[in-house]
Amino acid sequence: MTILTFTALLAFGSFAAGLLGALTGLGGGVVLVPLLTLLFHVDIRYAAGASLVSVIATSSGAAAAYVREGYSNIRIGMFLEIATTFGALAGAALAAHVSTSLIAVVFGITLLYSAYLSSRPRTERPVNEPPDALAARLRLDGDYPTPEGKLGYHVRHVPGGFSLMFVAGVLSGLLGIGSGAVKVLAMDQVMRIPFKVSTTTSNFMIGVTAAASAGIYLSRGYIDPGLAMPVLLGVLVGSLLGAKLLVHTQVRPLRAVFSLVIFALAVEMLYNGLTGRL
Amino acid sequence: MSSPSDRPQGAPDTQASAPDPGRWNDTQVEQIIGNLLRAGVFLAATVTFIGGVLYLWRYGALHPDYRLFRGEPAELRSVGGTLRFALEGRRRGIIQVGILLLIATPIARVVFSTYAFARERDRLYVGLTLVVLAILLYSLFWGHIG
Repeated sequence: MTILTFTALLAFGSFAAGLLGALTGLGGGVVLVPLLTLLFHVDIRYAAGASLVSVIATSSGAAAAYVREGYSNIRIGMFLEIATTFGALAGAALAAHVSTSLIAVVFGITLLYSAYLSSRPRTERPVNEPPDALAARLRLDGDYPTPEGKLGYHVRHVPGGFSLMFVAGVLSGLLGIGSGAVKVLAMDQVMRIPFKVSTTTSNFMIGVTAAASAGIYLSRGYIDPGLAMPVLLGVLVGSLLGAKLLVHTQVRPLRAVFSLVIFALAVEMLYNGLTGRL
Repeated sequence: MSSPSDRPQGAPDTQASAPDPGRWNDTQVEQIIGNLLRAGVFLAATVTFIGGVLYLWRYGALHPDYRLFRGEPAELRSVGGTLRFALEGRRRGIIQVGILLLIATPIARVVFSTYAFARERDRLYVGLTLVVLAILLYSLFWGHIG
């Protein structure tokens, strides 16, 4: 296979990952590393480098739209980014000191958990949480647009959410993913932030989190331009198209299919990690 | 440190109609951040694409090998090295500059947020954004130390 063919196939695969990632809201990053390592036989460190870069592209591209619609809460994002960027530094530093097999195993578990989280039904619960002193002090409470007009919300359990965000950062730096699923878990489930605000704020944060590990990845030589180029362009175009299609597409069956794909990739990653092939 | 009680009653951020051009409200800041992110991604993707076309034009017929991790050459491992490499007209260097522009986009967003919070006279959040900014710059310029 020549570089030209390899690049074209990679760009197409990344395009599909970006499209599905945007349509299902899971992000393309979670399938990129398995795609690169299992299908294209790329070393997991190069794969993580290319994936991390593409995560910055999709996050920033999508965040541009969400921020302007007024869903994401910039204060919540900024405050929690302290946890995720510290975590990302730790995760990226850790990546150099653990075996690639162990990384594959952690990756498999993270994938399984993401698939599980995404398969659960989602209901936007009514927002009537009581105010929290720390959240008020940090001015995290906000409001967001709903069909019935602006709706205010109170943020709860700040220390718990902050700690889980640190974990999200570690996973991001270790695996080269956005770890949006864990970020949403921290905001939606722990901090009781409305789901729509949680997902868009998570998206907003992913770029900064990934940028925190990107510098370390760069200095370690994980970011290969020839590999990252088709991956990042493919994912970017795919996710932009996905975001456009999202308005008219029924995502429920697609989400189920994608969860299945993720599950299969997770098992494959776990198997390859445990048998020392990755 | 300020608590909500510091603010006069009934004067929250939503007082956008008050004509005070020196202060921005959160909505204006969100609009600018949206544009900034869009521009950064577009610029980065364009440079990466141009570098990619040049790279494939020259090396497309060779055979890739990413099975074995060797790590990138020293030129492509730092901001300064990458810029020098690209200025020499090296194709992989041009792609890497596109990638650096992409990494710079969220960093620029944090820089802008610091400035915006300063204009909103929100000292607490100026401090918080500066912490994040310090982490990002440390990673990019001194990441090889850690």
